[in-house]
Amino acid sequence: MNRFHGKGLICVRSEHMVFRGLNFDLSAGDALILVGPNGSGKSSLLRMMAGLLKPFDGELLWNGENALDDFDQHGANLHYVGHHDAVKPVLSAFENIKFWANLRGAGDAGIADALTVLDIKHLYDTPGQFLSAGQKRRVNLARVIAAPAPLWLLDEPTTALDKDTIKRLELAIQKHRDNGGMVVLSTHAEIEMAGGEILDVSQFAPKHNVDEQLMV
Amino acid sequence: MNLFMSLIKRDLNLAFRQGFDSLMVVAFFVIAVVLFPLGVGPEPNTLARIASGTIWVAALLSSMLSLERLFQTDYDDGSLELLALSPVALEITVLAKVMAHWLTTGLPLIITAPLLAVLMQLPNEGYMTLILALVLGTPALSLIGAVGAALVLGSRRGGVLVSLLILPLYIPILIFGVSAVDAAIGDLSTRPHLFILAGLLVGALALTPWASAAALRQALE
Repeated sequence: MNRFHGKGLICVRSEHMVFRGLNFDLSAGDALILVGPNGSGKSSLLRMMAGLLKPFDGELLWNGENALDDFDQHGANLHYVGHHDAVKPVLSAFENIKFWANLRGAGDAGIADALTVLDIKHLYDTPGQFLSAGQKRRVNLARVIAAPAPLWLLDEPTTALDKDTIKRLELAIQKHRDNGGMVVLSTHAEIEMAGGEILDVSQFAPKHNVDEQLMV
Repeated sequence: MNLFMSLIKRDLNLAFRQGFDSLMVVAFFVIAVVLFPLGVGPEPNTLARIASGTIWVAALLSSMLSLERLFQTDYDDGSLELLALSPVALEITVLAKVMAHWLTTGLPLIITAPLLAVLMQLPNEGYMTLILALVLGTPALSLIGAVGAALVLGSRRGGVLVSLLILPLYIPILIFGVSAVDAAIGDLSTRPHLFILAGLLVGALALTPWASAAALRQALE
């Protein structure tokens, strides 16, 4: 049973405090949905959870141990989907997925399964440069499904996806959670997540008064 | 080890499919060297005297030409984040990328260099040493260059900045690369020069992946 939690996280971007005192607690099967207006720090929080952005203060704990102590191990525990889809224009959809899946030790069976789940079997041979934005996003998500990792960090995963694919993604997330996985995702769109906890990042924003800004 | 190979294979695959990068590097190398006989004049003795220096300087410049793209495309399309988050240590990933960079740019330079040496009237005794020195020197160029390429990620006009950062660090390799060839031509022992080049390579191999990886982590924040 994995547990991932953060205590008193503070995020500072270019000398401007984005949020402070943020806590979260995830156990196996949990889902956390990050909401809040633009610039409230949803993406920063996800990058922080991934270990790409160092917290200004506070700690991230994986099963009680500091998650950032062993960066590579933490990376192996999670999948991160950011704003970019990391699809190489000259590699086919399959080659793109295969490279990332193989890095995590997943075989062709997992990839075939992922292609079915996201309905991109017909894109198997298509080079990345001919994929639409939504198709690229599906290829990126297929990489996540192909190689198992306990924690999924999805930054606006529904961007550019059609309704049918969002449904497929919801199912994939549900299956991941049923198997004991954890999901954190940020979204503006509607996405159904049974029993998902909602975290409004903007409520941790510092009060905007001048004295405090100067103190930061 | 398998993962290391698959990282190299990916970069080689990308290099071959998208392009003319290594072709451009070789073309630049050839043109840069060819300019010298045109500028200095075709007098064989003069050419022979500057042959090794010219070839080394041109090799330095052309290997730098492709450095900017070493991490830039992966940085732009988000691949670099995923590589940093993969179970493979970032230092190893850097090493694999540098290896692929050397295979696509350094190796073609080594193959072209003897042909250009003919053009530059390099005395016969110098050929073996020139190739040996390039074999030791060019991987070090790629390794040191990777640090610069990682440092300028995210900045505009990174290409010029990379040259300013990296060229001074190339100087020791240039000095010993040229002096090795000169020693061979002058019938002196080339071993001290080649040993120092080998030492520089080993030092770069041990230190630069860490420096590059640290710079990449900084760029990803």
